[in-house]
Amino acid sequence: MGMPKKVFVNKEWCKGCGICVAFCPKNVLELKNGLIDIARPEDCIKCGQCELRCPDYAIFLKEAPENE
Amino acid sequence: MNKNIKLLQGNEACVEGALAAGMEFFAGYPITPSTEIAEISAQKLPAIGGHFIQMEDEIAGMAATLGGSLTGKKSMTATSGPGFSLKQENIGYGCIAEIPCVIVNVQRGGPSTGLPTSPAQSDIMQAKWGTHGDHPVIALYPNSVQEIFTTTVDAFNMAEKYRTPVILLLDEIIGHMREKIDLSIVDSLEIIDRKRPSCTPEEYKAYQADEDLIPPMADFGSGYRYHVTGLMHDETGFPSNNSKVAHQLMHRLMDKIDKNVEDIVKYEEYMLEDAEIAFVAFGATSRAAKEAIDNLRKKGIKIGLFRPITIWPSPQKQLLALSEKVNTIIVAEMNMGQYTYEVERIAAKNCNVEFYGRVDGQPINPDELMKFAEEVLL
Amino acid sequence: MQSELVQKYLREDRLPHIWCPGCGHGVIMHAVIRAIDNLKLDPEKVCIVSGIGCSSRASGYMNFNTLHTTHGRALAFATGVKMSQPDLHVIVLTGDGDTSAIGGNHLIHAARRNIDITTITFNNNIYGMTGGQYSPTTPYMDFGTTAPYGNIDNSFDLCDLAKGAGASYVGRATAYHAVQLAKIIESAISNKGFSFVEAVSSCPTYYGRKNKKGDAVNMMKTLKDMYVDIKIAEKKPELADGKIIFGELYNNPQDEYTDKYQKIIDMLKKEN
Repeated sequence: MGMPKKVFVNKEWCKGCGICVAFCPKNVLELKNGLIDIARPEDCIKCGQCELRCPDYAIFLKEAPENE
Repeated sequence: MNKNIKLLQGNEACVEGALAAGMEFFAGYPITPSTEIAEISAQKLPAIGGHFIQMEDEIAGMAATLGGSLTGKKSMTATSGPGFSLKQENIGYGCIAEIPCVIVNVQRGGPSTGLPTSPAQSDIMQAKWGTHGDHPVIALYPNSVQEIFTTTVDAFNMAEKYRTPVILLLDEIIGHMREKIDLSIVDSLEIIDRKRPSCTPEEYKAYQADEDLIPPMADFGSGYRYHVTGLMHDETGFPSNNSKVAHQLMHRLMDKIDKNVEDIVKYEEYMLEDAEIAFVAFGATSRAAKEAIDNLRKKGIKIGLFRPITIWPSPQKQLLALSEKVNTIIVAEMNMGQYTYEVERIAAKNCNVEFYGRVDGQPINPDELMKFAEEVLL
Repeated sequence: MQSELVQKYLREDRLPHIWCPGCGHGVIMHAVIRAIDNLKLDPEKVCIVSGIGCSSRASGYMNFNTLHTTHGRALAFATGVKMSQPDLHVIVLTGDGDTSAIGGNHLIHAARRNIDITTITFNNNIYGMTGGQYSPTTPYMDFGTTAPYGNIDNSFDLCDLAKGAGASYVGRATAYHAVQLAKIIESAISNKGFSFVEAVSSCPTYYGRKNKKGDAVNMMKTLKDMYVDIKIAEKKPELADGKIIFGELYNNPQDEYTDKYQKIIDMLKKEN
């Protein structure tokens, strides 16, 4: 078993298109100053819809220790 | 009977030369008067484990030739005037991306569809300026079946050595002419293969040139993953708009040819020792010039021939020396004065430069050259 | 920090890419690398060939043997690569203009030969790189900078075109249907023969703006609403009314071109 997954963002690559925000089923994400922000991380169900449709590879799930 | 002596057609000798040089891939499109080169390649390549493909058009023939070379296979295509025009964009791609290959152009009369089955030498300037933008050019032009064989080998060798497309100019006459050829030279030929990287894939920069200005070239699929583009690029091979990068690449591309002119330039001098007048001619016309010279010599006229085999880069040093020696140079060519421009550029300050040509689909014959030379001497 | 997939298959030092905010091309390129990863292809044996245009910049970002060619000619270059080195997996990434206007001849002939090349056309219905001119897939009476009064050209159905020309695998999916898109690309690469995938993209900058299609999010929603999975359409045709079908549209394996050529080589070897 791998570690649990967590959602990460790379703001340097984000172009603020808002696609991840629109298609997040749990309304976890927001645009803040034109860039992606994980506003409600506790609501994230790690479905990966954001990673799937982000044209810029700026948001993704990755295995990470719980406390990171 | 010597088994190495054969009677071959010029176009056939071209394929034999290509195979001797290591050709493994041919992509082309049928066009008169070059078609035999495709036909014979189609027959012979699979027998040695090589590949032939007839593409959907001339543009694709050029593109596939470049694609084949990127996998490390020595590649060739063949065409004539109209197809040569269509290939030009991708010839430029081959120049900037530094992809070795040989493009044979068996010239016929133009412009447009022109005279498909008649000879001409009217792509001399297209060979140099055909593709857009400044770019390096090597163009070779043999004049006999034997020399078509050896010059095709030279074309591959130069393409591999300098990582650049090389244009092999033939004309309908020498392409379709049958002559004796001695193939015993095959064993003594020098065959050059492109320089491949000696560093690790991690260290490899696809367009980082060595001191000789040539970057080592890895075969696609050999463990060196890299990027090839027709955009201006830096030594990594990735696109760049940086003016310094563009300047450096353009100058290196030209310098790798210009600084090796001595190695690239091949020519023949005939009866020039005491000549006061000289023909400059190449391909089929140079054969007529030789006969004219032999006849004029019998009349006591001191005339000779300078025959560039390397058309581009032009044999500038040799033509300059010639212009200092003779009173008149007659450039004889089956066009309306294309190479004459180049000879005038080099020689006109030292001697008289005359042009003799015809564009009616008929070869230039010795008699008319004799007559013209005698008129010039009057 | 990047995702493992991006680290594994993309050239991070070349990113972020040049595509506009919300452009579907990045999603499609992501689907391509997921497909390659699922198939566990050896990256050393993958050759990505592209032409000219927005889509064709993809090759530069992908860490394989990559060849960014001239406009329209990707398939012709790719044919040379595949023919001379048949053990390479050759994947052509191209755009609607690149593949079906200037490169249309190469598309139909590569399909006709059934040479083992997978072509993925990023179809955004417009020439993006040059600023929004109508392409062979711009819908009838839509607008482009060169169709200021509406486009009077009929448009190509690229999948029908590829199938008609002889492709042995044809599929379509959109940037919205990214999971299905990766699966179709996977099947396309697995097919030993000519495979064609129409990857429907979106161009909010030019096509969207010229045709009042809204922003990137709206255009993505349009893809969701306008396209219906072939499996659903087959079960409930009424759900497909007025919509475009996506999915595996044609899968009919045929003898492959380089295999057939190899047979000639083998035959000649035996004779000698």
